[in-house]
Order: sequence, then structure tokens, then C-alpha cells
Amino acid sequence: MSAASETLGLLEADSSAAKRALHAKLFEWGCMLAVVVAILPLGSLLWSLVSKGGAAISVDLFTELPVPLGEMGGGMGNGALGSLYLVGLASLMGVPVAVLSGIFLSEYGETRAGAAVRFCADVLSGIPSITVGLFVYGVVVLPMKRFSVIAGAIALAIIMLPTITRTTEEMLRLVPNQLREAALGLGVSRWRTTASILIRTALPGIVTGVSLAIARIAGETAPLLFTAFSNSNWTEYMDDPVASLPVQIYTYAVSPYSEWHSQAWGAALALVLVILVLSVAAKFATRTRYR
Amino acid sequence: MLHTDKHYEAELGALGSEMSRMGELVKRMLDQGRRALATGQVAEAKAVADLDYEVDSLELKIDEMALRLLARRQPVASDLRFITATFKMVTDLERIGDLASHFAERLIELEGGPIPCADSLLVMSDHASAMVTDAMQAYAERDEARAQAVLELDNTVDEAYAQLFPRLVSFMLSEPAHFAAAQRVQSIAKYLERVADHATNLAEMVTFMVNGRDLRHGRIGIPQRSGTT
Amino acid sequence: MQMMTIQSPASLKPRLQVATSAPSSAREQVLALDSGAQLSVTELRAGFGASEVIKGLTMAIDPRATTAIIGPSGCGKSTFIRCLNRMHEVTPGAFVGGRVELNGVDVYDSRVDPVRVRRRIGMVFQKPNPFPSMSVRDNVLAGLKLNRVKIGNVEEVVESSLRSVALWDEVKDKLKQPGTSLSGGQQQRLCIARSIALKPEVLLMDEPCSALDPIATARIEELISELRQHYTIVIVTHNMHQAARIAQKTAFFFMGELIEYDETDVIFTRPSQKQTEDYVTGRFG
Repeated sequence: MSAASETLGLLEADSSAAKRALHAKLFEWGCMLAVVVAILPLGSLLWSLVSKGGAAISVDLFTELPVPLGEMGGGMGNGALGSLYLVGLASLMGVPVAVLSGIFLSEYGETRAGAAVRFCADVLSGIPSITVGLFVYGVVVLPMKRFSVIAGAIALAIIMLPTITRTTEEMLRLVPNQLREAALGLGVSRWRTTASILIRTALPGIVTGVSLAIARIAGETAPLLFTAFSNSNWTEYMDDPVASLPVQIYTYAVSPYSEWHSQAWGAALALVLVILVLSVAAKFATRTRYR
Repeated sequence: MLHTDKHYEAELGALGSEMSRMGELVKRMLDQGRRALATGQVAEAKAVADLDYEVDSLELKIDEMALRLLARRQPVASDLRFITATFKMVTDLERIGDLASHFAERLIELEGGPIPCADSLLVMSDHASAMVTDAMQAYAERDEARAQAVLELDNTVDEAYAQLFPRLVSFMLSEPAHFAAAQRVQSIAKYLERVADHATNLAEMVTFMVNGRDLRHGRIGIPQRSGTT
Repeated sequence: MQMMTIQSPASLKPRLQVATSAPSSAREQVLALDSGAQLSVTELRAGFGASEVIKGLTMAIDPRATTAIIGPSGCGKSTFIRCLNRMHEVTPGAFVGGRVELNGVDVYDSRVDPVRVRRRIGMVFQKPNPFPSMSVRDNVLAGLKLNRVKIGNVEEVVESSLRSVALWDEVKDKLKQPGTSLSGGQQQRLCIARSIALKPEVLLMDEPCSALDPIATARIEELISELRQHYTIVIVTHNMHQAARIAQKTAFFFMGELIEYDETDVIFTRPSQKQTEDYVTGRFG
């Protein structure tokens, strides 16, 4: 039959079908390979952190001050506490400003001012963090004539701003317009609609953005070198220089002493764990009752 | 303007053409009766009964088509008026077919004998037949003026019927032997008068179908709400 | 083209003056009871940027009746009802001109707060949009709570609002569940209950059944027929037969103009305009 040459029966053998199956398999393998390539460095990084730093982790590492070379023990308690100060103060300054800017961009951003703010945020996110450190050195450290917690926190806050602003904006934009209209249609004022409905709905995304930004600044080293500097003792005042984990890890890692090396590994592992916990916690904390 | 839905358009078209076919059959029945009356050929009258069967089956078919259109298309406005008008007109057409059959039966009963006042019957028959034709033409062409003309013709038929009656009475008195024949003629005249009434109904439904105004029963009616304010 | 306004001279007079001064809650109470709100639109022009969607439209809407707006996509029917409660201006780039009077007061008067207009003229949207972060109960109360309205007996408000949309029996055991867990039809009735809880005078519905199945649609239609005894309802619908089923008055819009506005019976049995006839019989385009 002539029709058979054009239309294959469902059960007939078909050479092009085998070819299609092969293409599909090749594509699948290609994708899997790419995933392995991407995961491999992450895995090996975690592995070396755990294998080299695992032994150094102890309570002392986070509670004791460093001891002079040659003595056994000691820790990076000053760095751990310093990081807490810096990140906490930076968040207090940066998060409200950034979230409010994000709301402005999303709800009132279709103006020239909005475009300007968005442009600034994009530029800011592209600026190397060390440049931010130098800037804060110029405008805060030099006038105050000292390195300080405040200067470090300001630098970190500036680094947080663009990420949180843009995530907040994006998350608010993702809230369906129907909800905005539903609230406005009920005679709810604009700002209350934003505050009660939009932010509540977008909260999981915003919190994720904030925690990612916090995770990022917790690991920043470069801007702190010019602002918070370091301190081999506990920091008591906000205008004193302060130690921080990343800076301490850096100092210890470039030193020639193997005792310090292992402490650096331990601190690095601890830092990664803190960031991990922060990310996971953010996920759980924002799991809303209603979806 | 045609419907966007071609099938709908076709179904409405089919309904209209079946109605036209039914109208033509009914008219043929009337004409055959008239010819039998004019020529005295009883055979002509016998064929009328066969046509009546066809008319009856067309009535069922048209009812079904109209019902299906109502159920499946939810017609509105002009389409709705077309279908409801058709629904009512089909009943009138069927009644006209019945009357044409009765007309033929009475002629057969006369058995070729003398028919008193045959001239008047012929005039009435011509008018009644013309009314049916015009009403159906007006239906097919959605022609309001033609439907109006049908309404006026009804008066002519009524007058002819009124004039026939005294003539028949005096005929019965003068020739009592032909009393039965005279009575059949009287029936035929009555049938033709009824045909004209049904044709009037047809024309009224056509007027409603075309412009949405209900002309029936003149003065009673529901107060008309006009479309324009 | 003929513009039609069907209005008796008496109904032109405002029943009550509103929004001329800060209304006391007592007055609001009175307004809520007198729900035979009269809406009338005069020379309304609206659109986005350079394109005019509503081109000078005048019509008076009957109180305590359902008025359906029909017309092909893009004829401006949604824009039209969004102008009635000042929702149109929420869209960036939108403009509005002309008058929309609620009981004789122009809602576009510079002294009128759009927020207050929207509280008096409730709106139900195309897709059911309960607040996903709130329970069924909180959704009903959302309008009151967000507007910081003092609620006397909360449970009573919840129950009566849900009863008035015939939803109470279906959800009385699910009040704590999220509003979005209900079926589409229930969600839409919940949204209507949410509007009703605010005791509006007018209810605007923008294709409220377009996302619902036939049974859910029938329930909403039945509900609309009941609600119109207490509210003035304006509904935009793509479904002409829905308009035929539920509306007392029907307006046909085309290209931003009012082509014909009349009793629904007239529109669907003997419309006076050729364009209306062609649209309702499906001969359009």
C-alpha cells in the first residue's frame, strides 16, 4: 500500500525513532555531567574544610582570646563576638533602609526617581567590596581618626543595601496584582495595602533575601581591613577597632604557624556552618501557615 | 450579516427552507382542490390526501429542528423571533393542510354533481391560496409590507363568505333536492374562511418576526415597550 | 448612534448628600441601610496614556437592580466599571474625565477620598482573589480589619456575611482554614462575602464567573439575583446568556461607546440597534 510508506504503523520499526532516543539520552547525560562539574568544587571545598578544620573546632575556639605564640590553646573568641557585633549593627542599619527602598521601587518606582534609585542600586551591587571599605575609610575612619565597629558596620551595611533592595522589589512584584486590587477594592488605603497584604505575602522571599545578604556580609574580609581593622582583645566600645572571623582567618592563614593554620581552618568551617544554619533557618522561619 | 458560526447559520437556513417547502405543499393542496372544483375532476381531489401525509410529517420534522435549535443555540433577538415564529406558524400551516384535505373530501362527496355558488367558492379559494403564498413569501424574505398586505386580504375573504351565505340559503329553499350539496358547499366555504384566518396568523407572526411587534388581538395585547427610548 | 439615559426626573435628585463633610458613623449606618444607591455616569472619558478607551459615555444605573455590561473584548466594559469605584486610576498611566455620581455626589470631586468611594462601591474581580495569608474567617473580616472599623460582634459579622453568599453551611467547619483552600466557586463567594461585610451600596462585578465551572457559575448567578434586592449591582460579562439570565437592564458597549441600553428583555428579543442585534445573535465580525 502506498499509504504505508508515508504513515508508519504504530508497531513498525522506525530508524528515526532510535536516533531520537539517542539524542534524548545524550542530552540527559550532558545535563548530568554539568551538574557534577558544578557540585564537585563545592563538595571538595566542604570536604577539606571538615577534614582540616573539624579537629580544631572546640568551645575554646569561640570563647577564648588568642594566646601568644608557643602557648597551647587559645581561640578566636574576640573574632566571633566581633563578627556578631559587626553583622548585627550592619543589619540594624542596612535592612530597614534596604527593605523600605525595595517597597518604594516596587510600589512607587514607575517614576524618574524610581529609575534613578534602581540604577544606583545596580551600580552599587557591582562595586567591589574593597572599594566600599576604602570609601568608609575616607568618610568615617579618617574623620574619627580610628578604626571602629561603627565604621565596619557601615561598610557592611552599604554592601547589604543593593541585594536586599532588589530582592524586596522583586518579591513584591511577584505578589499577584489581584491581591493589590482586592485590597484597594475593599477601600484599603495604599500604604496599608502594602504593609498588611503585600509585605505579608512577600515576606518569605524578603526574609530569604535578607538572610542571604547577612550570610554574604558575614564572610566579607576586604572592607573590614580598612574599617574595623582587628583587635587582639575583646572589644568594649563601638568606636574601638574590632576583630572579626574573616579577618582573623585571613591573618592566621597567611601566617607561617601550623597551630594558627589549623585554627583558621576551624574558624572557616564554623563560618560556613553559621551561614548554612542561617540559610536553613530562614527557610523554616518563613514557612507560612498558608500557601 | 452572517453568523460567525457557520453551522448555526446553516441550521437556521435549513429550518427556513423546510418551512418554505411545507408552505408550498399546503399551497399545492389548496390548488389541487381548486382545480377539482373548477373542472369537476374528482380524481384531482383524491391526490390531496397523500400530500396531507407529507405535510404532517414535515410538521414533526420542523418542530424537532426548532426545538433542537432552542436547546443547543440559545437563540436571541432576531434569531429567537425567527424560531418562535416558525414554531407557531408550523401549527397554522398544518391546520391549513387539514382544511385543504377536508375541502377535497367534501368535493369527493359531491361526486361530480352540481355545485351551487361554485363561482364564489373559486374566488374565496383564490384569495385564501394567495394569502398563504404571500405570507410564506413574506416569511422567506422577511418582508413586513407583504405580510401587511395579507392582513388586508383577509377582509376580502370574510366579505365573500358573508355574501355567499344568503345565496346558499335561497338556493336551499328553491331546490330542496340539493340540500345536501348546498350543505357541503357551506362547509367548504367555512374551510376557506378558516384558511384565510390561519394565513392571517402566519402574516402576524411574520410581522413579529421581522420587527418584534406583536399585532395579535389588536386592542388587548401586553403594553408594548419600545426598543428606543 | 443613540445615547440613552433612562431616568425618571425624581431619581435625578440625590437621595442623600454624602461626603460633603466628614460623615459620622451614624450617617454611614443610614447609607448602608438605604442601599438603593443611584449611580449615574455623565460624559465619562477614560483610558491609558494616549489611547482613549471610554469615549464620552453617559448612562444612569437603576438602584436595586442588576445592570449587565456586554460587548466584545476591548470595548471598554472593564475599564468602565473600574471607573465607577475609582479603581481605574490605580493603573499607572490611566486617566479619567467626566462625572460619576453616587447619590448625586461626583466621586471624582477633588474633596472625595477614593478610598472612601471604594468602601461604598465594592468590587468583585474576574479571578477569585482571597488573601492567601488569611483564613476563611479573616478573609471575611479583612476589609473591616484593614480599615480599622470597629466590629461589634465578630462572629456574627462572619456568619451573616457568609450566610448572605450562601457559603456558611459549606465552610462553617473550615473557618480557620486558608481562604485559598476552598474551591474556585467558594473562593469567589468568599470574595463577595468579603465585600458585603463592608456594607457597600453598590457591588461591581468584573466577569465574576469567567474562571468558574457551570455549577459554581449557577450558584453565583442565583446569589446575584438575591443580592440585587439589597444592592445596586453592575456586572461585566462576556457571556451574553448570563446577562440575559440575571440582569434587569443590559448595556451594549462597542469601541468605548454605549450603543444600546435598555431592559434586558428588549436587548435579547428586539434590540433597536443593528450592532446590538449582530452582537447578541453572534453575527459579529
